[in-house]
Amino acid sequence: MAIDARLGGDIRPTLRAKRNRERLSKTVVYVLLSVLLLVVLLPFLWMLSSSFKNNVDVLSVPIHWIPQHWVWSNYRDIWKQVPLAGYLGNSALLAVSITFLQVLTGSFAAYGFSKVKFPGRDGLFLAYLATIAVPWQAYMIPQYVMMQHAHLTNTFWALILLQAFGAFGVFLMRQYYLTIPEELTEAARLDGLSDYGIWARIILPLSKPALASLALLTFVNTWNDYMGPFIYLSSNSLWTVQLGLRQFIGQYSADYAMIMTGSVISIIPVLVIFLFGQRYFIAGIATSGMKG
Amino acid sequence: MTTTVAHVESGRAERAPARGRVQRRRATLIGWSFILPNFLGFALFTLVPVIAALGLSFMSWDAYNPPKWVGLHNFIRLSQDPMFWAALENTVLYAVGHVPLTLALSLGLALVLNRKLRGIEFFRVAIFFPYISSLVAIAIVWNLLFDPTSGPVNVLLTHLGVHNPPGWTSSTTWALPAVIITSVWKDMGYYMILFLAGLQAIPGELYEAASVDGASAWHKFWNVTVPGLRPTTFFVLVILTVSSFKVFDLIFVMTEGGPGRATLVLSQLIYQDGILNGQFGYSSAISLVLFVMVLLITLFQYRLQNRRQD
Repeated sequence: MAIDARLGGDIRPTLRAKRNRERLSKTVVYVLLSVLLLVVLLPFLWMLSSSFKNNVDVLSVPIHWIPQHWVWSNYRDIWKQVPLAGYLGNSALLAVSITFLQVLTGSFAAYGFSKVKFPGRDGLFLAYLATIAVPWQAYMIPQYVMMQHAHLTNTFWALILLQAFGAFGVFLMRQYYLTIPEELTEAARLDGLSDYGIWARIILPLSKPALASLALLTFVNTWNDYMGPFIYLSSNSLWTVQLGLRQFIGQYSADYAMIMTGSVISIIPVLVIFLFGQRYFIAGIATSGMKG
Repeated sequence: MTTTVAHVESGRAERAPARGRVQRRRATLIGWSFILPNFLGFALFTLVPVIAALGLSFMSWDAYNPPKWVGLHNFIRLSQDPMFWAALENTVLYAVGHVPLTLALSLGLALVLNRKLRGIEFFRVAIFFPYISSLVAIAIVWNLLFDPTSGPVNVLLTHLGVHNPPGWTSSTTWALPAVIITSVWKDMGYYMILFLAGLQAIPGELYEAASVDGASAWHKFWNVTVPGLRPTTFFVLVILTVSSFKVFDLIFVMTEGGPGRATLVLSQLIYQDGILNGQFGYSSAISLVLFVMVLLITLFQYRLQNRRQD
């Protein structure tokens, strides 16, 4: 408005027309983007709406996106039908301990790989990198045989030991540490700080975004992991939410609404974490370009 | 006098490398102390199994008999195993569908979402979400969506005038396309993020210069965006192909390799032969084949990329 007032009356109409045109094209873009978003997220919306229905209504034709009869009891009954709370607890325990160990040992090792110079360091790092390229399936058999001989199958230890020391965490943290200027660690060394002190007091506080990326990616990967728990955990009392959910379909295959309820509940923790830390997810993926 | 000075100087010169050696040893100790906690776990649970897998492929070893060196026997047996060929075929077919579709859609999404708009972050993040949401939940939902008689997908198809909609996961011909569609939907957000990072690395001046030259949007896409994205595209292509060959859990949860063996892939065969049937040697041979294929594809794409740059 202020700009308009300063301009001569003769250019005003064209300027306004231009602005209107811009506003219109912006609206069109927003509408198109919303349609795109809706199409991509349609399966989730269907899942959510089905979880509030009766079994009969889930697959009824035509589809009612908003339930005709709201069924709230699914979210109450599911806890009695399957030991879902126990599954959620197991998933949380595994995800938290693996994430903690991975972040701690990963960032510690990354310091050795990026800030301490010693012979053989780069060769060792190459060994880490090389294993990232090897598909996990290619060495799952020796891992399994090892765990069997150590009598660790059907315990959480098998999964924690196999997943907590991944090369991915070291790689991600090292990439970040390399961007921290060398002068900073040199100055701290001259001030008499030991390398352990530099790691704890300087590098760790500086690398909070990378730590957050690694922690979130590891947590979500562990939470969503299916094959690991499927191969190693056979007792129902140890099952994660993914295994429990899969078993649930086998047992109550026609209980569509309840299955959808379980699915929604299994996604909620990931959704909450994702909403809080989405920029760390995106940053972690954009810098490393790799999966955990 | 002169001799003492020379002596002192040479002594200093000798001490310097000695000090250097001590310092280097100290650095080695410190370096290893940082790496060791992770390295112990990594060496024991990743490095040793990787090397062991290589050796196991040349051995006969099952749950009842001790390991025995058999040379290439496993690979000869492999070449005559119809299950192996079926799994290989399905894995390749899966990759042939999954790679180009995911590449095209994730690039398309990145181009659409690479604009300065208020709230654009929300759209990007939401489209990324399927990638990190629970695999089992996704498999369950898509299985029901693909239900042949009353699933929403076929209801829609019938509505659009398709008289004989496919049986999807219950049909041997349509089960593979069904899992491909699901996995493309799940993965495209991830690769979109990589493409967005690549797009943002292209200098804006290039587009401005092209505009000054009067280039159309189409020309700008082909002459600025495509060349600028080449490193990203190469990177995406490599990890996309590798991940396609490794595919396992989504298919396993959706169809368990069925109906029949219509969606049986190499990873599932390794699991079945190795962990279910305890044929450690034979299944390791299959995993070696998988690894070599992944390696060859990566090298091939790498050479292609280098030739294009020359």
